[in-house]
Amino acid sequence: MAYKRQIDRLPIPPANAKVHNVTCHYCIVGCGYKAYTWPRNKQGTLTDNAFGIDLSKQQPADGTWVAPSMYNIVRQDGRDVHLAVVPDQDCVVNSGLASTRGARMAENRPSRVTGTQQQRLSDPLIWRNGTWQPTSWEDALDVVARVTARIVTEGSEDDLVVSMFDHGGSAGGYENTWGTGKLYFESMKVKNCRIHNRPAYNSEVHSTRDMGVGELSYAYKDYELTDTIFVIGANPLETQTNLFLNHMVPGMRNGARFIIVDPRRTVTVNAAEEVAGAENVLHLAINPGSDMALFNALFTYIADQGWTDSDFIANSTFQGGEAQPLDEAHPAGLGSMDYALETCRTSVEGAAETCGVSAEDIVKAAEWIAKPKDDGSRRKCVTAYEKGIIWGNDNYRTIGALVNIALATGNVGREAGGVCRLGGHQEGYYRPSDAHVGRPATYVDQLLIRGGGKIHHVWACDHFKTTLNAAEFKRQHRRRANMVKDAMDAAATGTREQQVDAIVAAVNAGGLFVVDVDIIHSQIGQNAHVILPACEANEMNLTSMNGERRMRLSERYMDPFGNSKPDCLIAAGVAQHMERVLREMGDDAYADQFKGYDWETEEDAFMDGYNQGNPEVTYERLRSMGNNGVQEPVVGYENGQLIGTERLYADGTFGGPDGKALFCAAKWRGWQAPGKAREKAEHEFWINNVRANIFWQNQFLDQDNDFIQDRFPYPFIEMHADDMARLGIGAGDLVEIHNGNGATQGMAYPTDTAKPGQVAMVFGSPAGSQGNVVNPGVNELILPNYKHTWGNIRKLADATPLTKAVSFKSKEYKQA
Amino acid sequence: MSRCSKLVDVGRRQFLRGGAIAATGAATATVLPAERAKAAPASAIVDYPSNKLANTADLAVNEPMDIKYPDADSPGALIKLGEAVEGGVGPDGDIVAFSVLCPHKGWLMAYNGEDRTLNCPGHFSRFDVETGGQQVWGHATQNLPQFTLRVDDKGDIYAEGASDLIFGRPSNVL
Repeated sequence: MAYKRQIDRLPIPPANAKVHNVTCHYCIVGCGYKAYTWPRNKQGTLTDNAFGIDLSKQQPADGTWVAPSMYNIVRQDGRDVHLAVVPDQDCVVNSGLASTRGARMAENRPSRVTGTQQQRLSDPLIWRNGTWQPTSWEDALDVVARVTARIVTEGSEDDLVVSMFDHGGSAGGYENTWGTGKLYFESMKVKNCRIHNRPAYNSEVHSTRDMGVGELSYAYKDYELTDTIFVIGANPLETQTNLFLNHMVPGMRNGARFIIVDPRRTVTVNAAEEVAGAENVLHLAINPGSDMALFNALFTYIADQGWTDSDFIANSTFQGGEAQPLDEAHPAGLGSMDYALETCRTSVEGAAETCGVSAEDIVKAAEWIAKPKDDGSRRKCVTAYEKGIIWGNDNYRTIGALVNIALATGNVGREAGGVCRLGGHQEGYYRPSDAHVGRPATYVDQLLIRGGGKIHHVWACDHFKTTLNAAEFKRQHRRRANMVKDAMDAAATGTREQQVDAIVAAVNAGGLFVVDVDIIHSQIGQNAHVILPACEANEMNLTSMNGERRMRLSERYMDPFGNSKPDCLIAAGVAQHMERVLREMGDDAYADQFKGYDWETEEDAFMDGYNQGNPEVTYERLRSMGNNGVQEPVVGYENGQLIGTERLYADGTFGGPDGKALFCAAKWRGWQAPGKAREKAEHEFWINNVRANIFWQNQFLDQDNDFIQDRFPYPFIEMHADDMARLGIGAGDLVEIHNGNGATQGMAYPTDTAKPGQVAMVFGSPAGSQGNVVNPGVNELILPNYKHTWGNIRKLADATPLTKAVSFKSKEYKQA
Repeated sequence: MSRCSKLVDVGRRQFLRGGAIAATGAATATVLPAERAKAAPASAIVDYPSNKLANTADLAVNEPMDIKYPDADSPGALIKLGEAVEGGVGPDGDIVAFSVLCPHKGWLMAYNGEDRTLNCPGHFSRFDVETGGQQVWGHATQNLPQFTLRVDDKGDIYAEGASDLIFGRPSNVL
């Protein structure tokens, strides 16, 4: 039976509760919330309270309500206070809507009083005497600095491998990307680094950037104004929930049609049909990985029909044939529309065959995207894409082929247009140049697997749950880390100098010294030798921007848990200890490179970084802009208001040569990544890698949330009933997916809309890493293809008591 | 004088015996208001009414009955499922009752008899009445408030509590 909270009343925030601006730190949409805090021994009343409403009456639908998950008792300035984090009716992003993630921000705070999130790290830990022992920051950072300084001076900075977030929201943000960026890209020039969700330090969307079209150029309100919403490889009702509910749904109610390209029928398709009517929704359930062929056919058909925007093409796009030839750093040539079309030209019939959808539906999509209206006016279209093609087949060319359509139809930089990624985390990138990393960047996972690198600094990443080729990565990482653990155990009674000598000897023999900075003891953290506890947004002030570049200051309303600290201040601590140790070693010149980290607060890091490049933007000004913030780039400050930019490219000037946008010569080549075609041929099931709205990212907090774990105690694997029957699998049975890369397991979830031979497994689960079965294949620029994996499935065990209690009904809304 | 002030007097006398800090105690006592604030007595849990909803004879399998509980502003559904479920009451162990206000944004939900779910037309959340109101998919951060039922010898069904906070109220009993 379902989890019951057994809560039948909550404290009421009093009228004088402190109110803090909060931007949800989970997904990229960045919904606005208000955090109310008040003393433990105070409360409001039904009629006199912080909301200014009569709570003695039943509130209407959409009315203000504090759900139990929005409440907690947390530490603020050393005192226990009540906390309520409630969606903000006045925030234009969400208009008072809460997602199932954001509405749990309060209960996902660490609290010694209510017992929530006791998995949070409170103190630095060092591997000592066969386990992790608590210690001081001074002691932990001394070890980190001594080992790191020895290795990079005896060898080079290339021996230091760094995995670090590059995003906004919970871990990153402008303060923390700057702190880490200054350490590794300014004080040092670390090139063997990677980002939290991919095995290299690179863009996820190189091609659109190379084409001069940044991937977040529109405003969310464009969805409300457009004629057609064209979504590819995304499931926004689950993963950008309030962008869908508060912007796409109003768009459909205003008459917009909805095209969605996804091999799987999702709850987004279902909801769009409910809102717009099935006749106004076109679901192109293409063969996995065939997106580019579809885009090329749409581009060709639209061009041949003359439905292109000739003025836009003439004025805003490159005219001179080839601008950028195909080369090692560019997996496709770039240039004028004519140049690109020559390569992209694909017939509707040809695409229909490749994609497994009807020619009629492809033509219908082209008409909905670009056919002028009956009165001759231009049809407007917003194009939105995400992991289905970012983590899909032939990333560079596929995204380029999609952007071609938007450019050809003039749907960029204009109201009701845009060709944008939907995004995962918020953004919050401000770092020194990463040019030294190179392009293509190092495939860091392979470097580590091959025995490369001697030290691994990990910042808020858990590759064990999220990387590809994960089974092999884990084996090698663990083996190398254990060499160092053994050496540390053997030198346990020695001096610090002897201990450092032992670590250095172990890494020189093939071991790996691992420093893990995180908020919890993660799975990759099991291999760490030093663990440094970080805090999250609202335990510090944090700035980020959302998917329409809306920048907000999400305010600190509680203390960091235990002795944890903001990442930027941890980075500063590493730098300061590096300077001290290097000076002791007599290397003053190198030590000097680690000066400039005398930050007391996260605001100091913000002023040292983001503010240097954006002098108009300060904490005080952002605070006064509230939950609506300002859309970047900020272009001025007038009358007490920061002046932002609603849309990029509004003047028709793009980021390519001479301000022109480029088209992409996206030549279809079947399965691009090595090994995919053979894996497909040799296995029975396509293993789709999918998300679920209730999990944030790899469940790092949700794994300790009873409501969430009760719903899906194990990762779900959606399967067609016929496949289950053939393999003798029942609902809730534990099943294994296996192939030549490894194996993983989950819980079978019978799904009537699943296609036979295709299963959908939720990504990043602590109880079953899908990455175990994903092969190491990447594109030329080291973009992984997580989405295309094939394997066989076998039953491991009957449904357990946990899974027997779970509902296996359809996830689709069904009217009575 | 109320009993409350007598208790204050007792407390004060005991406090004054403290010796060294007696002066402070006395000084404090002199500024005490004549009427001391009285702590409001309250039960640790909400007192729910015991409301008769229906008789088992009134219910047909899979035909939900509209109910209101704990008061007229809180709509719910009383459902006989036809098969025993955990938490079900009645001779067949198959009678359950839930709030029908979606615990996401409080929209009134509709029952789908085909797969026995409550569905929210506002934002597409749905809840399974056969697994204790578990959210099958949706935006809420709790499962559906399930009403605690009791059936007496006559077959009368009473609601006497709720498992979760009902949307739109800080206390289930207002």
